[in-house]
Amino acid sequence: MTKLLNRNEIAWRVAHDIPDGSYVNLGVGMPLAVVNFMPDDRDIVFHSENGLLGMRNLKPGEEPDPELVNAGKRPVRMLPGGAFFHHADSFLMIRGGHLDFAVLGAYEVAENGDLANWRLPDSKGAPAVGGAMDLVYGAKKILVMCEHNSKDGAPKIVKETKLPLTGRDCVSKVFTDIAVIERTGDGMIVREIIDGMSFNELQDRTGAKLRLANDWKPLVTPDLPVEEMTPRAMRPKQPTPQPIGKNANG
Amino acid sequence: MIDKRRQNADEAVAGIKDGSIVLIGGFGMTGEPRELCSALAARKVRGLTIVTNNAGSGEFGIGLLMKQGCVDKIVCSFPRVPGSVIFEELYESGKLELEIVPQGTIAERVRAGAAGIAAFYTRTSWGTPLAEGKEARTFDGKDYVMERAIRGDVALVKAYKGDRWGNLVYSKSMRNFNPVMAMGAELTIAQVSEIVELGDLDPENIVTPGIFVDRVVQLEALYA
Repeated sequence: MTKLLNRNEIAWRVAHDIPDGSYVNLGVGMPLAVVNFMPDDRDIVFHSENGLLGMRNLKPGEEPDPELVNAGKRPVRMLPGGAFFHHADSFLMIRGGHLDFAVLGAYEVAENGDLANWRLPDSKGAPAVGGAMDLVYGAKKILVMCEHNSKDGAPKIVKETKLPLTGRDCVSKVFTDIAVIERTGDGMIVREIIDGMSFNELQDRTGAKLRLANDWKPLVTPDLPVEEMTPRAMRPKQPTPQPIGKNANG
Repeated sequence: MIDKRRQNADEAVAGIKDGSIVLIGGFGMTGEPRELCSALAARKVRGLTIVTNNAGSGEFGIGLLMKQGCVDKIVCSFPRVPGSVIFEELYESGKLELEIVPQGTIAERVRAGAAGIAAFYTRTSWGTPLAEGKEARTFDGKDYVMERAIRGDVALVKAYKGDRWGNLVYSKSMRNFNPVMAMGAELTIAQVSEIVELGDLDPENIVTPGIFVDRVVQLEALYA
């Protein structure tokens, strides 16, 4: 049976697509894993919407600092050369076209580059958008990473999406557990397919019309563990029972 | 003599009126001015509109403000975070109005308000449900959505160090929304870990100049 890529393997593939010298924002959720797999010989500056450039995930055993977190509220560390800045400047970087790439998750990507990734129509809870709508029109290129099909088998790359949109005509490339697909003015072009899967099978699992690139390649990654490698978000501790408004000096 | 120092959190939040628009710094727990929020909650103000990125974690800070019934409306980008139980309870029972705004649009609306800009056009949210009912306009072949500025009556912010003129510096990613909110209100109140002598903060490194700040209070973080 064909082995689908796990999330770390998709993240590895995305990481290896990002050229040396790039400034990159990673969306919360699945894309946060990309930082774990950057090739050592590339200077990639990761931007975090909460005001960081030059962050990396904590090394195993490294003490988390509640004052140093990424967009997913997970503890991170700074590289030498990193910088802090406030939210208006951070989103100026995003919205003003200063970032080379943003990597985002998706519920659906449409043939015309529309992206839906913030809300499902049947969601019960409160809506939450974060910085996704800023990123889709801000970064020079939007890379999407997601499973190719949902749990019930429905394709995530579709002809047209009816879901609430995050942005129109914004996706450049989609990395899934079975293929790498580039969106061009000329339609959806398949660049890579995992070993053991035919183009016809890939097309059957996809809602949008695909074309196979003449120079397509097998989609190959190292075998990586399934487990999430990014440290979890810190949760609030119980407040210490002290009178509110107590002066620091006594 | 300018002396913006206050003795304690209660004195720092004195005089905030019912119905105020309150800008609150922080990104999740990081940089949230929790002790100021809790002190405001203790004063039992009513009918606040709060503008902040998340909707509080746990039953303190922003969470406590909501739990005590001080907040009628929240303007934020991402209300649900680990521990945002108070928000969820109030939202689901219809006791809290929610306005969802893209994160960069919150920052820019507040920045615009601070800069005397009434409204601006941004690409963000164009073609999405969040642009419904807003004016759209095309510039140079690209579509934009008009967003109105937000001006706060009050801003509650957290910084690392401050001085009696209200100059502030931050620590790492606690900076986030704090300098933006600090610029955007009629009355800006900052809680700091340490008040230092005038001149101890290097002018090259001051992030929020004291002109934006009205009150500074040194508070130990009660909630780690």
